Amino acid sequence: MTELLKIRGLEARVDDRKILNGLDLIVNKGEIHAIMGPNGAGKSTLSYVLAGKPGYEITGGEVLFNGENLLAMAPDERAARGLFLAFQYPLEIPGVATLTFLRSALNAQRKKRGEEEMSSPEVLKRVRALAKQLGIDPEMLKRPLNVGFSGGEKKRNETLQMALLEPRLCVLDETDSGLDIDALRIVADGVNRLRAADRGMIVITHYQRLLDYIVPDVVHVLSAGRIVKTGGKELALELEAAGYAQYQNEAA
Amino acid sequence: MNVQIRPAKTAAEIGLADLFASVRGSLPGGREVGAIRLDAFGRFATAGLPHARHEAWKYTDLRRLMRDAKPLAPRPDAGAKLRAGSAGALFAGLGLRRLVIVDGAFVPELSDLADIEAGVSIRSTASALAADEPILSQGSGAAALMNDTAVALNTALASDGVVISIAPEVVVERPIHLVFITTTDTPAATFTRSRLVVGEDARAVVIETHEGPDQSEYQVNAALDLVVGDGAKLDHVRMVSEGDAALHLSTLAAIVGVRASLREFSLVTGGAVVRNQLSLTLTGEGAVAGVNAASLLAGRQHVDTTLLVDHVAPGAQSRELFKAVVDDEARAAFQGKITVRPGAQQTDARMMARALLLSDDAVANCKPELEIFADDVQCGHGSTTGALDDELKFYLMARGIPGNEAEALLIRAFVGEVIDAIEREDLRDALSREMANWLARGE
Repeated sequence: MTELLKIRGLEARVDDRKILNGLDLIVNKGEIHAIMGPNGAGKSTLSYVLAGKPGYEITGGEVLFNGENLLAMAPDERAARGLFLAFQYPLEIPGVATLTFLRSALNAQRKKRGEEEMSSPEVLKRVRALAKQLGIDPEMLKRPLNVGFSGGEKKRNETLQMALLEPRLCVLDETDSGLDIDALRIVADGVNRLRAADRGMIVITHYQRLLDYIVPDVVHVLSAGRIVKTGGKELALELEAAGYAQYQNEAA
Repeated sequence: MNVQIRPAKTAAEIGLADLFASVRGSLPGGREVGAIRLDAFGRFATAGLPHARHEAWKYTDLRRLMRDAKPLAPRPDAGAKLRAGSAGALFAGLGLRRLVIVDGAFVPELSDLADIEAGVSIRSTASALAADEPILSQGSGAAALMNDTAVALNTALASDGVVISIAPEVVVERPIHLVFITTTDTPAATFTRSRLVVGEDARAVVIETHEGPDQSEYQVNAALDLVVGDGAKLDHVRMVSEGDAALHLSTLAAIVGVRASLREFSLVTGGAVVRNQLSLTLTGEGAVAGVNAASLLAGRQHVDTTLLVDHVAPGAQSRELFKAVVDDEARAAFQGKITVRPGAQQTDARMMARALLLSDDAVANCKPELEIFADDVQCGHGSTTGALDDELKFYLMARGIPGNEAEALLIRAFVGEVIDAIEREDLRDALSREMANWLARGE
């Protein structure tokens, strides 16, 4: 089976506002899918619904992840099965050292999968190597998670987490927001290193710019809570030139 | 018409009067000490137990919470001493000098009195009182606190404790551990008064722990007077993990001298009703005082931390940080008052209280006060009360950390700021273990 993620007729609402409106999407192993769309189309909602954020009511449809019912799992269970959401706005957690957090996360996942927990020196070794690749100052690992980090540092930290946790499906929510071109390149390189035959990715973005660096196999246009057009990577360029207006009209 | 309304005496008030009458002849002390005791009890008898309308006891209605008086705990017998052997276990193996107080009595044979550093003197309070030394009228018994109920009762009934004096310039390398343990499972009361004088430019680290059995309705009234001499440095770490039915009243009265430093750390996890009162008087120019306190509460616990910081001398600095984690139907109260006296210019004082409520029925009360009589000072206070941040919890869970572990991580992070300020790693670790035990309660 190559189907990694299968979303069928997904409907979701927040505070009585319907955001996802019958969304269909299939991501196969090894594929990178870009989801583009205007503000308010439901891009972030899709990422949160996949990760299991509380407060989103699923009113219809289903999501199968490796053939299993994703929506029935708690967020930590989804993570242990290999789902990773790179947050648009990574949170700051004072009092929790970055390294402690990384070790806790990695070992919690391993434990849940029935794998042996990794020793602190081994975790440190891996984290240091990844930090080096991503240009993260090792001193930052001692600091509380994301506290006082710049926008670029936070996104690099998200990428580091993703690389360490080796998920099966990466969902990148507006990873390009708040990044200057140098930081964007570093983050994109980090993401590209994770491309693998058994791993899928969903890259959510408003702008085509990110897709110059993370080149997708498939591009979808999301509007009013459902996929309204699907194409190859050239679709992103068309959107950049023509804008989203035609799809907004179509959806309305 | 002016009518003086005096509420009827409560069972506890009557019981305390009976107790004092029956034991005063046998408490240690000569004529002078006896007079101080009588005077102190008179002040208590006149005022009675404080209730919610007494501003200083606003959140701890002792008239309601202290239902009766208990007899004084018997002097520890062989069985009690045996049970006391494992007290202070979290700090075992750290090489601390243990001074053990069992059921309110200092027990030399359980204490480590070998190779006491030159310039350090350790005695029992009972022996100091027997020599008619006026220690009950000093420190917490001095004018500022003598009308306080807990102090008045302590002064009237103090039976023992430890008196430590450190000569000027002596650096006490080995931390001193005051181990207070109640062993009795029959209702009993203990009243201890201890005193620690750190001479000029001397240094010491003192740990104080209080514990006792669960399901035992004992009452502890402990007072500790600290004198931190000019240029001296004292770190005081206090842990209260009393049994789940215990009533614990404690008073810390400290005087901090010129350019002296007092760093106070406190962690409360146990006791049914706990009232910790701290009075810090900064009498020396450039004195530095810090108070870091945390309470971790569950069930129906009630813990009140009341803090008075008095800036008397100019150029002194004080920092107070209080954190409470409150679960179930527990209640945490914090009252903090910073007073800046006329002439205490260039005072730099800051106080912060934060409470984390883990259940809908948990309560946190907070009353910060500033009273400033000088015009060139920096003073501030703040307070926050809230629940665990769901967004942060989701972020942790989205990385694979289970919900309960994510909560524990966030609680540890919340309290961590208090504990992380402790200089010695071994002491930090001991308090972290206590916190971990609390987080794992009921598992």
